[in-house]
Amino acid sequence: MAKNFFDKIRPTFSEGGKLSWLHSSFDAFETFFFVPNRTTRKGGTHVKDCVDLKRLLIIVVMALVPALLFGIWNLGFQHSKVFGLGWGFWQMVWYGFVKIIPLYLVSYIVGLGIEFASAQMKGHEVSEGYLVSGFIIPLIVPVDVPWWMLAIAVAFAVIIGKEVFGGTGMNIWNPALLARAFLFFSYPSKMSGDAVWVGGLSKALAGGTPWKGGEVVDALSGATPLSHASLDGLSAAGTSVWNLFLGNIPGAVGETSVIAILIGALILICTGVASWKIMCSSVLGALFVGWLGTLGGVTDIPCWEQLLLGGFAFGTVFMATDPVTSAQTECGKWIYGFLIGALCITVRLFNPGYPEGMMLAILLMNTFAPLIDHYVVNANVKRRLKRAKTV
Amino acid sequence: MSDQIRLKKGLDLPIAGAALCEVTKRVAPGLVAVKPTDFRGMVPRLLVKEGDAVKAGTPLFADKQNTAMVFCSPVSGTVDAIVRGDKRKLLEVRVKADGKNEAVRFDVPKISSLDKKGMTDLLLQSGLWPCLKQRPFGTVANPEAEPKAIFISGMNTAPLGADWDFTLKDETAAVQAGVDALARLTRGGVHFSLAAKNYAGSEFHKLTGVIFHQFEGPHPAGNVGVQINHISPINKGEVVWTVSLPLVAAIGRFFLHGVYDVHRTIAVAGPAVSNPSYVEVPAGVCMKDLAAYFNGDGIRIVSGDVLSGEAVGPDGFLGYYHDQVSVLKEGNYYEMFGWINPFRAKKFSVSRAYPAFLRHKKYDMDTNENGGERPFLMNDVYDKVLPMDIYPLYLFKACLAGDLDKMEQLGIYEVIEEDVALCEYVCPSKVEIQNIVRQGIELMMKEM
Repeated sequence: MAKNFFDKIRPTFSEGGKLSWLHSSFDAFETFFFVPNRTTRKGGTHVKDCVDLKRLLIIVVMALVPALLFGIWNLGFQHSKVFGLGWGFWQMVWYGFVKIIPLYLVSYIVGLGIEFASAQMKGHEVSEGYLVSGFIIPLIVPVDVPWWMLAIAVAFAVIIGKEVFGGTGMNIWNPALLARAFLFFSYPSKMSGDAVWVGGLSKALAGGTPWKGGEVVDALSGATPLSHASLDGLSAAGTSVWNLFLGNIPGAVGETSVIAILIGALILICTGVASWKIMCSSVLGALFVGWLGTLGGVTDIPCWEQLLLGGFAFGTVFMATDPVTSAQTECGKWIYGFLIGALCITVRLFNPGYPEGMMLAILLMNTFAPLIDHYVVNANVKRRLKRAKTV
Repeated sequence: MSDQIRLKKGLDLPIAGAALCEVTKRVAPGLVAVKPTDFRGMVPRLLVKEGDAVKAGTPLFADKQNTAMVFCSPVSGTVDAIVRGDKRKLLEVRVKADGKNEAVRFDVPKISSLDKKGMTDLLLQSGLWPCLKQRPFGTVANPEAEPKAIFISGMNTAPLGADWDFTLKDETAAVQAGVDALARLTRGGVHFSLAAKNYAGSEFHKLTGVIFHQFEGPHPAGNVGVQINHISPINKGEVVWTVSLPLVAAIGRFFLHGVYDVHRTIAVAGPAVSNPSYVEVPAGVCMKDLAAYFNGDGIRIVSGDVLSGEAVGPDGFLGYYHDQVSVLKEGNYYEMFGWINPFRAKKFSVSRAYPAFLRHKKYDMDTNENGGERPFLMNDVYDKVLPMDIYPLYLFKACLAGDLDKMEQLGIYEVIEEDVALCEYVCPSKVEIQNIVRQGIELMMKEM
């Protein structure tokens, strides 16, 4: 039935049809519902594996779902806790749901809109890459971010971060992180500080009037555990290791629950979609610098606890492993991941103004990934040259 | 003793329709064709015209750059048609057999009495020289070149490929004569690779005068290019020659019987074959002679294997270097929500994005692309099916950019299309990798 519908409207979008200039969009929708009837071409393999980018990217989205679901609940939970509302489970979920939906709408409408438009202009097929970026962005920005800011950030990330380089597959930086970095540097007041990570809190504080339901119980508990990153600080805020692991703490929607992220990591590693080498080496890098930190007396937080704090876990699993912007060689992946972990904790330990190092660590290593690869590939080239000389 | 080389990377395609070890038909010579397009780097000069009578071994065309290199008719009969394509490019010389089986007779001296020059001249004259392929680039061997060594793969790992232990089981004497003849052409010796798991079971382990190697692992372990990469990789300026085993037997038959005889036993296999088995055919056989094996309409007939063969159609002809015909259903259908379906039980994927790795069955593969073409995105899938010391993605990108220096540095001399065919099979972005590498090779040949 759906097939008939597409067959019926296809002539309108094909060459010579009224809307032929929209054929990329038509194509995007049609291939969403149907794997196309294209057959393998001359001079190539006659059979092809049934995996395609749509499949790989939907798996990444599936892997993000646990973090999203937990985040939705946690939004309500934090709100209820700070304002002392004593909500039940479904009230919390509903609050989170209402908060997150507009962010997704903005992210996808703006992002996909630009993707479709640029595919149309270039006459390409629409690439699926933004499905994942658009899914990640609401998970890593403060939930109270004004929609227009988010829209500008998404537009910046997609246009400057991706399309100017030639679209999905050609970009240098992870688009989702670029959106967050854009927000962070353009509108710092909305992106940092203690209050932004709990829904409704900054508004309530700025208005100077308490929430309808009663007094703000404890403004301090609105701060993410990162901002008091010492053992005393953590315990003073009533945050235990278990809280950090479970994720019922203030923070960006997707990044608080290490447990939900681990489920995602498991999905990604089992399906082989993301590189376990990058995840593994990033953890090693973080442990190493965290251990050096405790050794040098910079921090009293044990190195393994660093893994639970802030955006480290989310960044390691979902953003450092972006196949386009990470290192491309297997050996390079180890170096790349290690440096991300190490840099993240370094920033965290030595920059009290901005304790969340993950975003910058990944963006910086995105920039250097081609350099790492260059040296790895060059080793292969040298080996080949040496072989020629010795023979 | 032979060295054992174990390869882990690669993939044995679980495609249905493997040929049973049984010769079910002997095709008498009918219409056959010799296709100049099978020989890379060769510019044909036609030596016959339509209606000429030819014998098996009569030259049909020669290489313009070296007129001593001739390409002969595999059967006796008359030249039926000369088929040309765009810009009068010579595509096929068709010969209709007359059933008399006349052949040009040669007085062959003893192999041991020939030096390199004598052997080269004899092979050129007999029309068997084109059996030798040259690396880099997979061209017809240049008779003036000094090859580092000659490589023969004694194991066929291509999907649904012919089992040479079966097809050549009565030809060990010919294969021995063939390797003896080849040994006269190089000082580096003849390297012969066998599957480690079937080393003693193969008749060929008794060959003398060759250097044995054993390979273990999935396809493309049987590709001679992969074997060379592990035995003695090709460096800049070096040349090696390769001969496929059925053609080694053809060279041997020439020295045993004094005639140009390139007939072969081919595997007719694939999901759209009614009776997958072996057929004895003259070289360049027309697919019409095999029509009884093909199932129904909407099929693709491939000369060669499904990864690197050539689609020839129901009226096409077997390629010079091929000894199998693969038949697939055309996959020109739409599949609703294909990529969302969690199981997709009818399709195979090497990626763990589908649960195919839990199933151990053969698949009725078809020619559907299973997705749209996208830019390169995943970077670790190609490496897993190319057991060579090469960074495939970087090499492909150098080919795309037409960067000669980079191609050279990254190993273009060591691969031809068939070696990277699996990379194309697994590519989730559906990039035409073999065409990219082909263009890279053609550019290198033009510029060098």
